[in-house]
Amino acid sequence: MKLRPLLFGLALVAVLALPFLTDLALGRSWVRLLDFALLYAMLALGLNIVVGYAGLLDLGYVAFYAVGAYLYAMLASPHIGMHLPLWVLLPGGALLAAAFGALLGAPTLGLRGDYLAIVTMGFGEIIRIFLRNLNVTNGPAGIDLIDPIQLGNFSFSATHRLFGLVIPGIYNYYFLFLGLTVLIVLMSRRLEGSRIGRAWAAIREDEIAARAMGLNTKNLKLLAFAMGATFGGISGVLFAGFQGFVSPESFTMNESVMILCMVVLGGMGHLNGVLLGAILLAILPEAFRPLAQLQQQTFGEVYLDPASLRMLLFAVALIAVMILRPEGLWPSPVRKRELHASEEDNASTPDADPAPGGAA
Amino acid sequence: MSALLEVSGLEVHYGGIQAVKGIDLRVNQGELVTLIGANGAGKTSTLKALAGLLRPAAGQIRFAGQSLVGMPVHQLIRNGLALVPEGRGVFPRLTVAENLMMGAYVRRDADGIIADLERMYGLFERLHERREQKAGTLSGGEQQMLAIGRALMGRPRMLLLDEPSMGLAPLMVQKIIGVIRQVANEGMTVLLVEQNARLALQAAERAYVMEGGRISFEDTAQACLNDPRVRAAYLGE
Repeated sequence: MKLRPLLFGLALVAVLALPFLTDLALGRSWVRLLDFALLYAMLALGLNIVVGYAGLLDLGYVAFYAVGAYLYAMLASPHIGMHLPLWVLLPGGALLAAAFGALLGAPTLGLRGDYLAIVTMGFGEIIRIFLRNLNVTNGPAGIDLIDPIQLGNFSFSATHRLFGLVIPGIYNYYFLFLGLTVLIVLMSRRLEGSRIGRAWAAIREDEIAARAMGLNTKNLKLLAFAMGATFGGISGVLFAGFQGFVSPESFTMNESVMILCMVVLGGMGHLNGVLLGAILLAILPEAFRPLAQLQQQTFGEVYLDPASLRMLLFAVALIAVMILRPEGLWPSPVRKRELHASEEDNASTPDADPAPGGAA
Repeated sequence: MSALLEVSGLEVHYGGIQAVKGIDLRVNQGELVTLIGANGAGKTSTLKALAGLLRPAAGQIRFAGQSLVGMPVHQLIRNGLALVPEGRGVFPRLTVAENLMMGAYVRRDADGIIADLERMYGLFERLHERREQKAGTLSGGEQQMLAIGRALMGRPRMLLLDEPSMGLAPLMVQKIIGVIRQVANEGMTVLLVEQNARLALQAAERAYVMEGGRISFEDTAQACLNDPRVRAAYLGE
């Protein structure tokens, strides 16, 4: 089986070369899109913990993204004159988001399904409205001139040279986001297979039975909210540093719905599926842009507003996928676990019961 | 004989309705006791109070010398009481094996868990055949076996079974009752809450008959089967 390492190597090279190739083929704005796709991937992976693993429908997930983004924006900008470094703000954003996750989780523990969805939606809106109306967050104008992400002396927004390769800032962010996405994937994978992951699965499937098995469902649900929120907070911190500007308009319910779509469309609870869903949905609206031009070329006139047309096509694509593949684009395969390796040999013993010397 | 479960003066209210109006009930160590009654007699409310899913309005519930009133559901199994919920409650998208392993969630003795898993496969051959299958693909009867096996994986001192025959084909019901009987014969204490009175009485040693929120009759199962009132009301004779 030398194929796996080979494939892995090829994939690694492809992923590392992606920004260069994208830039050459499609232009710099597409590299920026890749960066955003990775931010969305982190968000989708975080929401996957809440929705995919623990089965808690959260329609206000963008709130945690906002919490992380505003933390960085406020403490690393001229806004109040503080310029804390990333290594403080990244864990800080993760922790603060986790706290907000628990804050959302605590009052909603008894709720399920659609009721939970409504409350979480309200939570998301409350956060956005707070950000819009508070003075410390600079209200609807948002916060500008946010410090670019910097680690030590290395500024991610600057152009660097490495072995004669010119690496613009937008590539640096790509590699940073890629690394963190990989880290989040690995953490998610560990969580899924852990005792906690199995407990979340049980809660998702049947809560009463899970409690009868001795699972403290309250704590486990709080943990799911907090863990999911953590990744949202991390993504938010990165977003603020990358974008250099945040305003409440970046954190509308539409965003929450979009992230949920990524999780569901890709394949709830399955990491590869969630990644695929996030990247596809982040890129699709952009990919539909040329179609608007096509309209003008074909009909000589613009009948449909290009932005609306784009979203219309996007919606059609979403609906098509959900009709054709309701389980998601890349659902989790039937899991074969080595749980029972030890029983396999015992399986044959009952059949061997009749004694060989039966003539007696 | 010592009482493992002892209920006295239990009252359960649902909103304004008094579903259970002060009942006494005891299950001795090693006994298979059944609680039967018509729909709405208060059986399920009683069981929910025992399992901590409903808070009783009054009365005592003592299990192995400890009060169960106010104890959260997830603490029950740690104290030796396993609930097999109504409608079976298997985890449909987990495999049979994963379901069984969830039953042992509170245990830390890896060797003992594996040994018990094998014991369950011995007890329920169907589950062994289907161990890698998703529980949701099992038949109703197999799911019930799985639910019972899963509860036993927690090494409880007592099983609380809520309507195990519900929605099962008659042949499967017989099988399930046989399984419960067998589990009881191995020394497990069982409280069987059941609407199918005939079956429950055939399996159990003692029975409580509930009517309008009260225990109207209690005796050995055999005596219940022979009692003209029980026969008329619950056995359709």
